[in-house]
Amino acid sequence: MKSYVPNTEKERLEMLAEIGMQSMDDLFVDIPEDLKLSRPLDLPKALTETELRELISCYTIMNEEGGPVLRGAGAYRHYIPSVIPQLAMRSEFYTAYTPYQAEMSQGMLQSLFEYQTMICRLTGLDAANASVYDGATAAAESMLMLRDNKRKKKILYSAGLNPDVITVMKTYAHCAELELVEIPLTDKGVTDVSAIAENMDGAAGVIAASPNYFGCIEPMAAIAEAAHAKNGLLVAYVNPITLGVLARPADYGADIAIGDGQPLGLPLAFGGPYVGFMAATKKLMRNLPGRIAGETRDAEGNRVFVLTLQAREQHIRREMASSNICSNQMLCAIMASMYCAVMGPKGMKEVGEQNVNKAHLLAKKLTAIDGVKLRWPDTPFFNEFVIDLPDAEKVDKLLADYSITGGLVLPDGGMLWCATEMNRADEFDFICDVIENKGGEE
Amino acid sequence: MRSEYKLIFERSHEGRRAYDLPECDAPDAMDQIPEELKANSELALPEIAEVDLVRHYTNLSRRNFGVDNGFYPLGSCTMKYNPKINEELAVAFDDMHPLLDASMSQGCLALMKDMEDMLCEICGMDAFTLQPAAGAHGELTGLMHIRAYHEHRGDFERKVMIVPDAAHGTNPASAAMAGFKVKEIKSAPDGGVDLDALRAAVGPDTAGLMLTNPSTLGLFERNIKEIAKIVHEAGGLLYYDGANLNAIMGIVRPGDMGFDVMHINLHKTFSTPHGGGGPGSGPVGVKKHLIPFMPVPRIEEDENEMYYLDYNKPESIGKIKSFYGNFGVIVKAFCYIRSLGGEGLKEASENAVLNANYVMNKLRGVYDIPHDRICMHECVVTPTEEMMKNEVHTSDIAKALIDRGYHPPTIYFPLIVHEAMMIEPTESEARETLDEFVEAMKGIAEQVKTDPAAIHAAPVTTPVGRPDEVTAARKPIVKYEG
Repeated sequence: MKSYVPNTEKERLEMLAEIGMQSMDDLFVDIPEDLKLSRPLDLPKALTETELRELISCYTIMNEEGGPVLRGAGAYRHYIPSVIPQLAMRSEFYTAYTPYQAEMSQGMLQSLFEYQTMICRLTGLDAANASVYDGATAAAESMLMLRDNKRKKKILYSAGLNPDVITVMKTYAHCAELELVEIPLTDKGVTDVSAIAENMDGAAGVIAASPNYFGCIEPMAAIAEAAHAKNGLLVAYVNPITLGVLARPADYGADIAIGDGQPLGLPLAFGGPYVGFMAATKKLMRNLPGRIAGETRDAEGNRVFVLTLQAREQHIRREMASSNICSNQMLCAIMASMYCAVMGPKGMKEVGEQNVNKAHLLAKKLTAIDGVKLRWPDTPFFNEFVIDLPDAEKVDKLLADYSITGGLVLPDGGMLWCATEMNRADEFDFICDVIENKGGEE
Repeated sequence: MRSEYKLIFERSHEGRRAYDLPECDAPDAMDQIPEELKANSELALPEIAEVDLVRHYTNLSRRNFGVDNGFYPLGSCTMKYNPKINEELAVAFDDMHPLLDASMSQGCLALMKDMEDMLCEICGMDAFTLQPAAGAHGELTGLMHIRAYHEHRGDFERKVMIVPDAAHGTNPASAAMAGFKVKEIKSAPDGGVDLDALRAAVGPDTAGLMLTNPSTLGLFERNIKEIAKIVHEAGGLLYYDGANLNAIMGIVRPGDMGFDVMHINLHKTFSTPHGGGGPGSGPVGVKKHLIPFMPVPRIEEDENEMYYLDYNKPESIGKIKSFYGNFGVIVKAFCYIRSLGGEGLKEASENAVLNANYVMNKLRGVYDIPHDRICMHECVVTPTEEMMKNEVHTSDIAKALIDRGYHPPTIYFPLIVHEAMMIEPTESEARETLDEFVEAMKGIAEQVKTDPAAIHAAPVTTPVGRPDEVTAARKPIVKYEG
């Protein structure tokens, strides 16, 4: 049995004696006897490190992986340069708590300040927080920012947001008693800008994604204009890996930019931990939830980093806080920041271009198959797109037989495909062969 | 000692790079995207060589302090040792896409299901969700269950969440976010819930009570049965803040104490590293009557003993996060529980409580102990009146501890104790570590008498001195402008 307790039985007894006790039970006299658990916990027996390793491989063997992955839909397979996981495993970072004691936490605080700067430079906006849990909770928090800033409870959102994000927003909105209004997509797969204009009265703002869930690049400038025309704000939900090649939120007038930082150097890890980023204009800075690192000086004039603007936060403001968030995703944020530094401006542009190129090649090859069509052939896309085909479920199963994780089957029978710099042209050929030959027939 | 450290942006040299992409095997398709949708400039990111990037972060890490560096008795945060094997094993799942067909992710689903079952046994609850990403997120999720429970009974008047004044700040903040009105009740002189105040506070508008047990003073709430009775008889539900669960594993269970819903901090009690502020994980456990409201998806088993994700739960509160939770963190906590087993968990709690009492006992007479009785996994001490006469406050003692190589305790919390220092040693510290810490605390107490100016000057061993926080907040600089 291993409990990571260094003190031996003898030492424990000596310590007990020193505080005037006979046994461990004496420490728990405040707990009413009839509440105490009168039996041992019924858990599987303790394992040594060797046995634990074997146990975990029993779980990994139950998984099936190794084949090509052409699925995104909110979680993206990108190359993670080796320096990122290795540096993130510096235990001064990962075994630290929140940097409450600034003098001994300058490493973490400066890294966060750098992360915030990276997010500002990706989005073009003025201020970023030190992260929230993920993209979906960033969207939920952004609703509360809109509400607090505009003092209005009506919020518009595009039907092009990821359905998971919409569900999370609705869960939070129910509690905050917000009125959420869904803006439909046009027959081009993008947000209906005229519907925004029609619904903006009394609304605090609009939340829209680009590229949207279906991969379409949205006319964000027109969406911003429609929101601003009625004194509303625009929250842009963006995939950060697009920002080396696609227009940035500040360019098209977004007031808040949010998203999931997972594509920036974080593994898929079956859905988390990822990192939600949030950036805003200077005017909205004090509406941001959660921690923010700031720069100041010590008495000798040295540059020092601290957690700042804490008057917004729960440990000071309690029920009046802008959010309840305390722990966020610091280490993930730093990994995302490292990714930006590793890639640099050229790398971010190249990775964006490769995603565009590969996705377009995949689309071209898939639509060359009889009966397969791009759903929105005239709408530009980044690394995801929707195809329509006679029987998506059947194709999905067929591909799975070859250990291929193909496009995600949508409830309406379409398939949402994704290609990144990790995919190769010969994979696309193989996939198309499997689909065309219906498997087994070669 | 003092030294500034350049930002990564200040190390940038045009043209340098740390990574090259392989050549692209697909033809250029950038012309498929109209110019007006494209970026009109290059990103202003640093250009840096790999070796310089590695040194930058390595040196930054040396300006930081983790559990692996030394004693970290940060009360309420349970900074126990983070086992290395768990880090290594968690990455075995890194390539798993969350939207794989269930047939391809049976291992992940089985692990999560097994984790849920073990947490139920440890806590005496009937079901667990692993979806919340952190403690406060768990609180919010748990409170949403309470709200849904009352709403589904047509009981829309229950809008008040009772929160003791000793509670963590996240409690009232989460209650507000869940749409409740917060009613704060004063603590009794012994630091526990004042039963009369609670009786006066409950009524037809009571949605529930949020409670930490052991309390934020590190004391077990002896009246817990009576508290549960008062809240339940008023029609409210009882919420357990699991921040202090490390005191009671295998000894007493929240479910047996009468709690209806609770959260756990895997990054506290179950040893997953805190990552400098996250990622954490905040699973929520509920009793039977709250199961219908749990977030989707739920992991279920079909007739062929295959796991699948069930989204068809019409009374569910919905989702509170993308996908299924901070899976990578969950794996580490799972490894921890499997390493310790039931007996090991109990041993961890016993030793956590022993270590706290051992430290408290040794500090008696040197520092004041406002609630001097057997504590649980943490104790709260304060500077003596004499120290304060020398103008030495809790924050000064904290800074003096930094110079002696320790991370300070949690300070100025709980709010109900003036000048509080909340010390949580955890079970993973050896006796001599505790002895040395106590000597350091005594040394500081001595220095307050002989040389208070030195205490006010602390810390002097760190790369920077005390920051000017007022200016930081008044004239915020939150990004590099160069």
